[in-house]
Order: sequence, then structure tokens, then C-alpha cells
Amino acid sequence: MSAELTRLTAAELAEKIHTREVSAVEVAQAHLDRVAAVDGEVHAFLHVATDAALASAAMVDEGLAAGTAPASPLAGVPLALKDVFTTLDMPTTAGSKILEGWRPPYDATVTSRLRSAGITILGKTNMDEFAMGSSTEYSAYGVTRNPWDTSRVPGGSGGGSAAALASFQAPLAIGTDTGGSIRQPAAFTGTVGVKPTYGGVSRYGLIACASSLDQGGPCARTVLDAALLHEVIGGYDPLDSTSIDERVPSVVEAARLGTSGDLSGLRVGVVRELGGEGYQAGVRASYEEALRQLEKLGAELVEVSCPHFEYGLAAYYLILPSEVSSNLARFDAMRYGLRVDKGASAEEVMAATREAGFGPEVKRRIMLGTYALSSGYYDAYYGQAQKVRTLISRDFAAAFGQADVLVSPATPTTAFPIGDKVDDPLAMYLNDLATIPTNLAGTAALSVPSGLADGLPVGLQVMAPALGEAVMYRVAAAYEAARQAEDGGPLINRVPSLPGGVA
Amino acid sequence: MSADPVTPGGDTGITRDEVAHLARLSRLAVTDAELDVFAGQLEVILSAVSRVGEVAADDIPPTSHAVPLQNVFRPDELRPGLTQEQALACAPAAEDGRFRVPQILGEEA
Repeated sequence: MSAELTRLTAAELAEKIHTREVSAVEVAQAHLDRVAAVDGEVHAFLHVATDAALASAAMVDEGLAAGTAPASPLAGVPLALKDVFTTLDMPTTAGSKILEGWRPPYDATVTSRLRSAGITILGKTNMDEFAMGSSTEYSAYGVTRNPWDTSRVPGGSGGGSAAALASFQAPLAIGTDTGGSIRQPAAFTGTVGVKPTYGGVSRYGLIACASSLDQGGPCARTVLDAALLHEVIGGYDPLDSTSIDERVPSVVEAARLGTSGDLSGLRVGVVRELGGEGYQAGVRASYEEALRQLEKLGAELVEVSCPHFEYGLAAYYLILPSEVSSNLARFDAMRYGLRVDKGASAEEVMAATREAGFGPEVKRRIMLGTYALSSGYYDAYYGQAQKVRTLISRDFAAAFGQADVLVSPATPTTAFPIGDKVDDPLAMYLNDLATIPTNLAGTAALSVPSGLADGLPVGLQVMAPALGEAVMYRVAAAYEAARQAEDGGPLINRVPSLPGGVA
Repeated sequence: MSADPVTPGGDTGITRDEVAHLARLSRLAVTDAELDVFAGQLEVILSAVSRVGEVAADDIPPTSHAVPLQNVFRPDELRPGLTQEQALACAPAAEDGRFRVPQILGEEA
């Protein structure tokens, strides 16, 4: 029974809990048991909040027993929270030694919305330090393993959240996507990951990497589950000055509409510059197959060109480090976090602390950003990158004039072996080739499983204009249903058993 | 650091001394061994990102932010904040209800 509960979708669990077929406590316990059984192998969690999770679930059960309507459609469903959102009752590290043991004095807006919705927060998930990385190998707390092949990375930076989903430790998770940190791990683990429109989900209490690019979003094993979670966490927040003061797109309705399987009249833009050369053969084959399926669903395929996308990676790795070098100046060893008492002056203590507390990738990006913002270099690097950003937004605008959504492979390759790229920053950066343009433009995109290549999951990326999430969810849900019908079931059912797991 | 303008897409050689300077500006007490590694890696990254210079963009306005929002203010009203105790709870050192910090000014100041 307990093992079966962990295989259900969030929507299925919610129904069982709300009709009181099972209790929220039983569901929480089943997932905590699963964590205990398999997370030694996967290492998705940095902190498991057993008591708080069971207490939160018990409150949902009490409310239901008293005849009160559930606080949200996901009340009582367990979730894994990326360790970059502040939590009052759990440590928050952002994967960094500099924040080891830190207990934030406030909840992030995403955290408080999850709590108000009655969602059971199981714990905090592993990530690349301050969300900088594409493999979770840059976490200061050890690498997370990909449940599909534990010798491989789960992607990053949100590898912990994605691996928790793929190993049935949680049906829902939260990630953040600055350049692909939700979508790339989703692609690598055969799960669904959504990067909402910039400003669509509050950044209050989200420890900043690059403020103009960071965006929290939902992760799940199905498109509908992601949509349900999207509606819980999305929407205006006066505590985030970049939050968009508009209604959250009706993504649940759109996902349900999508499963009806008809996309006729919809134009799907195939981005000429994303795919082809530089993309692994198995990824290309999976993508071609996805395009065929979209066509079969009635969508009209239109080739679109986004000529400046090829400069996206270069612009991103100037803009991001520049913002990082400024944002991470707050870790000064004075008010919270690590302090290494080496040297007499505040400046010496600061430098010694940051040297000991930051990992190599964080140091590289801080120095790179400091360089790009230096006088004499500013115009050629940061200034020019901001202009390229404008051109990429214009490419999107033109493409969305010809198509309702755009598609591409989510990543150039499938999950790579642990250790493969850890000392080659540029090779690591190339993971984000297809996902970065969306962050630069502030638009929305998701990754949905498109099958396997040599036994490893591949993701299809669906991109939409700003606040155009509804159509994106509709297309993804339609494609998901069609692919599953042809394949005989959800891709995630093919994930191999883990040593500690019965399932 | 040299104030020479950068040739777009051109030579982006970065010396070990420049990396040491960047580390000082960044308040990172990097080791000698790290300097060697970072100099090589930053050189590779910089030569890749200098590709932004290949785009003719003289008349293109820069984008600092994807969503153009201006003058976002909150109402000027009192609202609860952290208590002194909460603010100091995770401080590396505190004394008399305040953050205790190492010496900020040099002896000669």
C-alpha cells in the first residue's frame, strides 16, 4: 500500500486524501519511508523535515475530518522544496558552505503559499551552490545521483528536486530556473519542469543568483500536476517589486483541455537554430519523433528563425556573473552565515570567509562578473550583452508572430557521467544552450519527457510568450498524452528500481 | 587593471596578475594554486563570451530587465519587521544587541 502511494500522481493523491480514502499522514509517511529507503543512494535531500511534515499532514486530516473544504486542490500532497527558498523551520543553505546551518528568520513567499495550500513539505533538496551549475556537482554537500543511472548526474542546478521526483520520493517539487535549472534536470530525469514567465512566481525569500533571470517554478511527474502546483505558487506578491500584478494564467484548465488531444488550428514554431548540429543523435531522433506526434495531433508546424539565439550563451555568461558578483557581496561574514576569523581587519575576515565558504564555480563567476563590470570592459562585455538580450527578445517577438508556441530539444545531450564536465566550465555551460534564451527574454518554457535515447530520458522544450503559459501547458499535456498512448504508459514507469526501493 | 578597451571578439588574454586583482576586488583570498587554475579557465570562458562583440548592435537599446517596470513602490506604512533578537539570531558574533564585527578602520586612520 505504502509503496503504491508513492507511485501515484499528485492529482490522484489529492483525490484520495480529499475523499478520505487515505489520510494525508499515511501519504506523508509513505513518502518519508521511501526517502529513508532510497535517498542514501540518490542524495536528493539535504534536510528531511519528518516531524514538521507529519504535523502539517495531520492538520490537513483534522480539517477534512471536521468537514472543512481542503485549503487547495493539493492539500495533503507531499513536496520537495529546493534549498534556495527560505524556511523558518528548516535550515536553508543554497548548497553552500557559507550558509551551513543557517536558520532564516522568515519564510519565502513560495514557502508560505505552499503552507497555506496545505501542501506537506518533506524537506529541502540538493542543488548546485547558489544555483550555479548544470549537474548538482557544484553543491557543497555532495552530488545527487540520477535515478535512471546512478553513475550519472541528474542535471542542475535543481538536480535534487528532479531526482526526488524520478525516484518517487515526492510527487511534487519546487525548482528555480535562471538559465535552465528547472528544465534541464527535468529533461535529464524524465520529469516535467516549468519555468514561468519572469515575475510570475514571487522571488521574495528566493536566495538570489541573478535577479533579472531567476524564476521559481513547479516540477512534477505529469503536466497536470505541474499546472496544479503552478496555480498554488503563482501570482502577484507585493513583497517582490518585479512581481507581475496580473491573474495567474489558467494553466490547470489548459492542461485538462490538452489531454483531449486536439491541437488543430495551433501553430507550433520549430526553431531552426535549436537542434541539429551540436545535439546528440538520440536527442535529435526523439525530437523529430515529437514533431511528428505534434503534427498528428493537428498542430501546424512552422519553421521559425531566431538568428540571435546563438549569442544567447555568451550574453548570459556575462549578464549572470555580473549580477552574481553584486548579489553575493552580501555574504560578508558580518550578519549571518560563516565567519572565518583569520586576519585582524573586517576586510581580511571577509576575504578569508568567502575563500573558505564559496566553491570554485561561485568564485569563477564572481570574478568573471567583476571583470565584465570593470571600467574599460563594461561596454564591450556587459553593455554589449544587454544589447544582445534585446535582440533575443526581438527574435522571440517575431517568432511568436508566426507561431503560438515554439519547440526545441530541452538539452543538447542526455544525462552525462558524474565527473565528466566538472573541471571544464565551458563544457558545463553548453548544457543550457537551448534554455537560456527564454530566461534572457523573461518568457515562459517547460520541458516534458519525449522518450529515451540509449536508455536515458530526453526532454521536449515548449516555449510561450510572456504570460502565455496556458497554451504551453495545453500543448505539453496533449503531447504527453499522445506519447504515452503510443508508448504504452508514462516514461517514468521505465525508471529502473533502486537498491533500497521495493518499487 | 588595465583600462585598455577590449577588441570585440579579439584577444582576451587574462594574466595571473589580473586574476589576483579580480580576486582582491571580489574579497576572495584565493590561493596561488587556485590562481593558476582560474587564470586558465577564465581565459577560456572570456574568449567564448566575447562573441557578443560580433553582433552589430550600435543602435540597439540595452535590456537590463525583461519586464519593463518602473517606480514600483509600496505604501508608506508601518509594518512589522524582524525583532532585534531575530536579526541577531544567526550572527557570527553579537554583543549588547548589536552585530560584533572585526576592526573596520586601519590603525593609522
